[in-house]
This record gives sequence, C-alpha cells and structure tokens, in this order.
Amino acid sequence: MLADLGYGSLIITLFISIYGASAAYFGSRRGKPAWVDSARNAMLLTFPLLTITTLSLLYLLVNAHYEFPFVSQVISNTMPATLRITALWAGQAGSLILWSWLMSAFACAVMLRKWDRDREFLPWVIVVTLVTLAFFLIISIFVENPFLRYWQSPAGSVVTAMFQPGGMQLFAPLNGNGMDPLLRHPGMILHPPMLYLGYVSFVIPYAFAIASLVTGRSDDRWIRITRRWALVAWLFLSLGLVLGMWWSYGVLGWGGYWNWDPVETASFMPWLTGTAFLHSVMIQEKRGILKQWNMLLIILTYCAVILGTFLTRSGIASSVHAFLQSALGPLFFIFIGLTFIFSLWLLIKRWNDLKSTTEMTSLFSREALFLLNNLLFVGFFVVCFWGVMFPIITDAVGSIWQKLPALSNLFTIQKIDIRSDYYTLPAALLSAGLILLMGLAPLSAWKSSTFKTLARAAIKPFAASLLLVPILLLGGMRSWVAILGFWICGFATLVTLNEFWRAARARHRAQGESLPVALWRLAGKNRRRYGGYIVHIGVVLMAIGIIGTKVYTTETQQTISQGGEITLGQYTVQFESLSAFNTSDGRNIARAVIRVSKNGAYVGELYPRRDYYYESQQAVTIPGVRSTLADDLYIVLADWQPLSTTSATFKVYHNPLVNWLWIGGFFVFTLGMLWAAWPERESQAIPFRKPVQLTREMNGP
Amino acid sequence: MKAKNFLVEAGLALIASLLFAGLVSAQQPQPTPSDDQVNAIARQLYCPVCENTPLDVCPTTACAQWRDLIRQKLMEGMTNQEIKDYFVEYYGARVLGAPPAAGFYWLAYVVPPIIILAGAYVLLRALRSWKKTTSPPENPPPQTLSPPPQETGKNEYIQRLEDEVRRG
Repeated sequence: MLADLGYGSLIITLFISIYGASAAYFGSRRGKPAWVDSARNAMLLTFPLLTITTLSLLYLLVNAHYEFPFVSQVISNTMPATLRITALWAGQAGSLILWSWLMSAFACAVMLRKWDRDREFLPWVIVVTLVTLAFFLIISIFVENPFLRYWQSPAGSVVTAMFQPGGMQLFAPLNGNGMDPLLRHPGMILHPPMLYLGYVSFVIPYAFAIASLVTGRSDDRWIRITRRWALVAWLFLSLGLVLGMWWSYGVLGWGGYWNWDPVETASFMPWLTGTAFLHSVMIQEKRGILKQWNMLLIILTYCAVILGTFLTRSGIASSVHAFLQSALGPLFFIFIGLTFIFSLWLLIKRWNDLKSTTEMTSLFSREALFLLNNLLFVGFFVVCFWGVMFPIITDAVGSIWQKLPALSNLFTIQKIDIRSDYYTLPAALLSAGLILLMGLAPLSAWKSSTFKTLARAAIKPFAASLLLVPILLLGGMRSWVAILGFWICGFATLVTLNEFWRAARARHRAQGESLPVALWRLAGKNRRRYGGYIVHIGVVLMAIGIIGTKVYTTETQQTISQGGEITLGQYTVQFESLSAFNTSDGRNIARAVIRVSKNGAYVGELYPRRDYYYESQQAVTIPGVRSTLADDLYIVLADWQPLSTTSATFKVYHNPLVNWLWIGGFFVFTLGMLWAAWPERESQAIPFRKPVQLTREMNGP
Repeated sequence: MKAKNFLVEAGLALIASLLFAGLVSAQQPQPTPSDDQVNAIARQLYCPVCENTPLDVCPTTACAQWRDLIRQKLMEGMTNQEIKDYFVEYYGARVLGAPPAAGFYWLAYVVPPIIILAGAYVLLRALRSWKKTTSPPENPPPQTLSPPPQETGKNEYIQRLEDEVRRG
C-alpha cells in the first residue's frame, strides 16, 4: 500500500511539474501573475510529494520487500538497516529518485527566497527547474520505475509489472542479492548524495541564466542572486569527487585514488566548467565584461551535469550498443540535445544585448589572467569530454566502417578505451598552468596591471619560492617533474599567504588590532576573496599529495611464509599470521596480521584482509594502511594458501604525501567554501584611527 | 705441416666448443621472473575483460592467468615491448593504457590540442581587439586590494584598505 502511495506521489509530481512549467510560461507570456503564483505553489508542492515517494521507497528497503525487483537487487537479509537506507542510491532506479528529490528540495528552497526585486525571473526559473525535474520523473516512471513488482503465473514463470497481470500472484523472493560489497564503504555511502547535491545545485544558476536571457536582462543580477548557489554546488561537487577518490583508495586495493575511469571523468567535467564559471563571474561583477562567456559556461555546466548523470547511469561508457538498447539512451540524447540547442539559441538571440559595456585594457590585468584560467579549465574539459566520448565514437564509427568494405580494407576501426595514460600529460600540464595562474592572478590588479607592474609584484615571491629548489635538491629530490611541481605549489602558497599577511599587518597597524583579530576581521569583510584563497591553499595541498604519489610511490609484491619479511624503502613488514573466519552478516574474512617496522623500529600492526560476501559471491580487498602526514604504508593481501594459511602474497605500496590530498580536499576546501558562501552581515561604520601610520608603513622607509 | 694441421684442428675445436656452449646456454631456462617484474609490464596493460582495471591489480582469475602469461613470455626471453605487442595482437589495442597514435585513433590526440589552440587564438585576438578600442586610463581607479608594487599601486592599495578599515 505504501508503495502505491509512493508511486502515486511520483505520478502526481510529474503532473504538477508539467502544470507548473506550463502555468509559469502562460502567466509570464499573458501577464497573469496569478498563474505564476500558482506555478510557484506547484513547485513548492513537488518537495513534500517526492518526500513521500522517497520515504515509501526507504520503507520498502528497510523492511525488505523483495517483491519489488529494485529492493531485491540492492538489499539482502543480512544487511543492517543503515546500509538498507543507503541502498536507495545503490541502484539506478533509486538513485534517480534521489536526484529528483534533491532537485525538488533545491527548487523549493529557491522558491522560498524573496522575489520582490526579481519578479520577472520567477516564471522562467520555475519553467527551467520543473522541466528538468519532469524529465527525471518521466524516466523514473516509464524507464526506471523502482515500484515495479514481481508477479508469478500458476505455471511458475515470473514477470515484472506495476499492476497485477491477469491470473498472476505477487511473488516475493526469500532473499535479495544484496548491495554490491564495493559500495559498503563510508566514502561510497556519501559520494553519490554529495555529487548529486552538486549537480542539482548547478541547475539553479542555469535556471536564472536562462531566465535572464529570456527576459532580456543584460546586467549581472542573475549572477549576484546565484552566487551562493554556485559556491555551494561547487563545494558539494568537490566533496563528492574527493569522497569518490577516498573510496577508490580505501576499497579497490590498487593503491591509487583516481584512474580516469569514464564515469569518474564524467563527474569531473561539470566541476571543471563550474570552477571556470566561479572565476569568470567575478570578472563580470567587477568589470561588466564576458557576459556571453558566463552564459556559455553555465550552459556547458548544466549539460555536463546531465551528461555526468547519464554517463554513470546509461551504460554508454561501456558500450554504445547497450546504450542504444536501453530507452534511457534516446531519451537522454533528446533531452540534452534540446536543452543545449535551446540554450544556445537563446544566447545567440541575446548576443548583442550582452556585449560588454567596458573593454579590457591590459593583457596582464587580473581579468586577462582569469580569462587564461578559463581557457585552461575549458581546455581540461575538452580533453575529458573527448576522452569520454572517443570510445563511443570509435564504437559507433567502427560499426559503420565494417559495413563499407572499400574503406575497411584500408584500416580497421575498433572500439578503443581511453585510459589513464592518455590523460596523464595534459592533466599535468593544465594543472601546473592553473596553479601557476593561482599564484600570479592575486598579484595583478583589475584593469590596470601591465607586464612591468605584474613582473615587479611577482619578483619577490618568485625569488623566495626559488629557494625551495636547492632545499629540495639538498633533501635528495632528483625528479625534475617533482621539483617543478613543488616549486609551482610553493610560489602559489607564498603569494596566497602573503595576501593574508600584508592586509592583516596593514589593518593591525591602522586599527591597533592584534594580528589574529585583524586577520579574522579582514577575512570576514571580504569573504569571497579570502574564502577563495583558503580554497587555493586546499588545491595546493591536494597538488602536493598528487605529486608525491605520482612521482614517488613505490611498490612491491612478494609471497612470503609466516615470519617472512618484505622490505620497501624504510619499512619492513613481517607476516605474522593469517586467519579465515565467517561473520554473522554473511562474510568470510581472510585477515592477515602484519608487523610493521620503520628503520628497524616497531611502529605497529596492520590487518589487510579480503572479505568474501556469500550472497553476492563477490570479494572486497580491504588494505591495511598506516597513515602519517609524511606517507602511507598500504598493504594488500593479494593471495594466500587457503588450507594451511602459512604463506601469503602481499602487495605493499609506499605512498608519500598522499594524506595532504585528503586534508586539502576535505577540510581546507570545506573551510574555504563555507567561509566564502557564509552570509555577510551589514557592515557598521567604525572610526578610522591611524591613516598616517598605515601610509608610512605601506610606502616603506 | 703437422703443426699447421694441429692449429687448424685446435681452432675448429675451439669454435665448435664455443658454439656448443652457446647452444647450451641458450637452451637453459631463464630464471623465474619476480612478481615485481611481471607487474612492471602488467601495469601498462589493461584487463581485456574487466572494465578499466590495470592488469597488475585486477583480482579476477582471468587476469591472474594473463599475469602468468606475462611471466611465461618473460621466461621465454621476450622484451617488455614484445610482450605488449603480443597482447595487442591477440586482444586488440584496447588493452593499452592509451590508444595507438595511428589511423583513425590519431584523432584522439589531435582534436583536443586543436580546440585548445583555437581557443587560445580566439582569446588572444579578442584581448588585442579589446585593448585597441580603449587606451589605459592615466590613473586607474582602485579596484583591488592587490596592488602593483609601484607608487601609484601602493596608494591605491592603501586607499582601498583604508576604505575597508573605515567601514570596519
């Protein structure tokens, strides 16, 4: 019964979404505010309705209603209630419901803001948001319905259908398949909701951008309204990506965290265009230029969000044929194609209205450097997009090619996968360029910087950062890639910290405040700037972790008997014992005890293990990891003698600096973004006390 | 004459013994390669069956057999490149970490740089054309806390900062 309630809510939400979008359109076109208000109420209603759908689905999961194929595919009798809740996004149908529910929550939140100043945007924001929501609801109802049931005929055959076919009875298996064991990790439990929160948050700036285009407004109001939405979207997307990396590192047992898998890369693409957008909107706010470009970036980000969701869900990344066999594929292509063409058409229509009111005056101004930053981000997006699409293109072209004997005799085209080796060089070059720009841009001024002024501003931090090179060489570093990478990181860090120091010291002199108070108040006065700088520090920390692991990771694999040792760098690991046992939640665990020494001194024990899940007949490798700020020792139980357990094969990785990746990606990113997005209080005037002293200080002796 | 015959026979015997020794050594099996030697090659190859999993870490039985195959090929004296070529021949170019830069696959490498360079060209032209339209003002208005470190820049910075401090 509850399932019918959930399904009914889903259907009603679809009708309400279609009604709301139509009413908003009609109300705007005919100048009838009552219709727009009605559309607004419809949009507010989508959230409670989809909450009913989501809760009913959760009820089915928690109470193990195996008569629903979705439930039986993602849970089993041995799974605890907490895991059954997270199973909502373990399957395609449930994750699409989650997407819609989050979308409706954000739609509802945006409706609750004050619209007095921006009444003209309201109908078009409703249209865009509800059309997007309706598309996902159509998929949930007609293609990936989680409320379908099993029905059994008297002859024993089982079919799936929403309603009872004639002569058939409801069929409920005694147990389900259970969630993929790989997904039972904290990183993967949090990763999809975070990613989806990022995705749906970016729909809001897109909706406002379209509203701005439709209404013909050429100012930056839409950007100012959606600034916080974009920041929050970026934070969620970033956290989603880093959680995915953390999951990969913790559960896949390969010692790495990012492998340029098409699904990973697809979720990275909206982050790239979104980050370019966050930088680019600052130019429009400060200088009133690049209006068309910002529109294009948010359109690209929206399309990348839809593309990211469907590349994950459609199976297109593995095979174009599987993709085309599913109804999801054509629907996806039609929707993304139509929205992209419609958005571009609107942009082209308003192109002249969006021409800049002011001009760029210097190639070395901050806005010019931001533009270069945008070029690199979009270049990175192009590399990723092409890498993700190339297997699909070769698959499709190869199929046609084979049917043309005259051409296929010349050379063959087979589906080719694009993997990490393809991305390594462009990713390294583009990232290095972006971090270098991160250091240079704060040194330039809006509008007025010339090459000379920029060079003068950069010379001191440049010279100071060069001191890092001999230090690294004296420390024994010989890889020029690592030295160059660390130097760029050092330069960006110096410039960023100097921005804090210089301004805080000036305020300290002028106001007589202590340095920490001056820093706190200064950062509080311009949250976006200083929040952005904190995020830049986070990026540098992540880069340090990436350089450390990419250049200096070492590994070895050896088979040893009990008491035997493996030495890797400063570490020696000794195999003490191995035991295999069953657990009450349906696992067989093979767990090794490893004694770890560093430079001959005992530092602790690690327990690498392999969990075999009987229900799903899948094994998961859980590494034993010793983490410090300097490095990780990461041990994988690769193989063992099942009966005697007296010898086993271990793969040992030494991953230097890897934890800076998590520190930068989780904590510093979050701190910076929360700082930047935190609502600012109205400023209060305070007396200005020591201007003369300040001027002396800044002018020097 | 006898001495001459002796020298010829001795020479022939030496050549024969060297050849024999060479043959014997060639027939001797190579030492069994270590897991690390196998993984060094397996790392550059991808499981032809599992999606996007490097061969050195893929836990499936099929991949374990492919690693054994690499070990066997190493014992036969094949080089790393020869083993990679062997895998490409049998399983296609999809086992490689990056597509071969040949035929249609060239497009994988050519298209992104062309788009990025075209973007850079458009950007440069746009910047130049924007710059030509107006000349830089004599005294640019203060826009940022970050100053050019020249006299006017410092004054701007101080002005901006003082404004900010005044606001609290």
